[in-house]
Amino acid sequence: MALSINDTQEELIEEFGLFDDWADKYEYLIDLGKKLPGLSDEFKTEENVIKGCQSRVWLHAFMQDGKLIFQADSEAVIVKGLISMLIRVLSGHSPADIMKADLYFIDRIGMSQHLAQTRSNGLLSMVKQMKNYALAYSSKA
Amino acid sequence: MASIEQIRLDFPVLDQQVNGSPLIYFDNAATTQKPKAVLDALSKYYSEDNANIHRGIHALAERATAAFELTRKKIQSFLHAESSDQIIFTSGTTASINLVAQTFGRANFQAGDKILVSNLEHHSNIVPWQMIALEKGAEVLVIPVLDSGVLDLDAYRKLLQENTVKLVAVNHVSNAIGTINPIQEMIDLAHAHGAKILIDGAQSVAHMEMDVQRYNMDFFAFSAHKLFGPTGVGVLYGKREILESMPPYQGGGEMIKEVSFSGTTYNELPYKFEAGTPNIADVIAFSASFDYLNSLEKGLVEEQENALLTYATEQLSQIDGLKIIGVAPNKIAVVSFLIEGTHPQDIGVLLDKFGIAIRTGHHCAQPLMQRFDIPGTCRASFSFYNTKEEIDRFVTCLKRVVTMLL
Repeated sequence: MALSINDTQEELIEEFGLFDDWADKYEYLIDLGKKLPGLSDEFKTEENVIKGCQSRVWLHAFMQDGKLIFQADSEAVIVKGLISMLIRVLSGHSPADIMKADLYFIDRIGMSQHLAQTRSNGLLSMVKQMKNYALAYSSKA
Repeated sequence: MASIEQIRLDFPVLDQQVNGSPLIYFDNAATTQKPKAVLDALSKYYSEDNANIHRGIHALAERATAAFELTRKKIQSFLHAESSDQIIFTSGTTASINLVAQTFGRANFQAGDKILVSNLEHHSNIVPWQMIALEKGAEVLVIPVLDSGVLDLDAYRKLLQENTVKLVAVNHVSNAIGTINPIQEMIDLAHAHGAKILIDGAQSVAHMEMDVQRYNMDFFAFSAHKLFGPTGVGVLYGKREILESMPPYQGGGEMIKEVSFSGTTYNELPYKFEAGTPNIADVIAFSASFDYLNSLEKGLVEEQENALLTYATEQLSQIDGLKIIGVAPNKIAVVSFLIEGTHPQDIGVLLDKFGIAIRTGHHCAQPLMQRFDIPGTCRASFSFYNTKEEIDRFVTCLKRVVTMLL
């Protein structure tokens, strides 16, 4: 049985708890970004682009055995790191669970500044788009 | 002579820690910081003089009106304009350009007319022309930019050749890459071919002197907040005969002479274009920007900024994989760059962690980014209150950031 959404959030909070300065934290985030498999060009379509980001971010979603799977890519590696965490937390869960997920880990790992609108790196748009997919697939189901 | 260290004390915002490091503010092309004199003037106005202007007959209204009109006089003197009634207050450069597009453009553009903009323009000097062109069946054509970031003047001459251009709209200085355009030559060429010309001075006013009469400008637009003044104040200068021939823009109070239901007559310049209660407080506080700039030693701004540009260019060029976008021989103190293997946004996010404020992205000049086929740039833009020591720390942190990212 896969970890629940909140189990994964707790895991991330613990991992980030190991770092006491911002540089280590960001190096880890950059590392997560580099390790994210990304998307092949066929999914880097205009339709999959998340608006409101300074760098281009593509999000692709599909259903598999009742679970919603996310894959994503970005030109900017910090954004990739952020979205890699969102994928780890949300991907592979039912649309219903994704819709009601409270993503408290972002604040707890000290990344809530990335939710601010001025950042225009679109973490907020990414979360919104993931929840929109969940809503769309739950109404189809 | 005041040292830069002393001058920095005049700008309260500069003295602070950001993310645990002393703030380095290299985003002056986005907005400049405000000297204490401007902040004090703003506070004094609201504490002592607040009143609506031009209509009241009481003491406060008279004081506020006099202070408001004094700023207009100071702008006239700053621009070397013929008279203060050719100085129109707007909310910013964008609003000034829209005013010209919606009045001059609406009255003068016809189907088949050409409007020239350059490939260096900010969206504010592109979109207002596209909007009115669409409405009038006119066409917006582009003056191309060379690889160096300099405008292609040969192409400009060719575009003017058929005498179908009604208006040329170009910036004095590019916000994205800092190129200083040869506006005298461009103005003369436009006039020789029967075109009017609007110069967007948003990025030049903080860096160089302006003389609208010597240049023979038809229109000049700029914003107070890029000249050490408050946000929400813009200026439009125009030649008298052109401004007088233009229909009014927005309708409302202040811009009228007499109103009746059988017809309304309009006020004279500049009030014809200033409908409604203006941004009184910020206009009045803007006055202190000019006093402050006049208090600085002559030549200091130019000298300090040229030194910063040269030093930053030298130091940044030593970073592996760093490419400067825009290497025009005439530039203001702006360095726009990319570093191989990194995205500008990542650089900006990490520099902020070191307390360093730069701008990343397309700088509201997407057509220019398309021209260079880049997603955006990192832009460090300097003002006279910046120092070489700040550039040193910026370069050290930038190297560290690149190591983190690669």
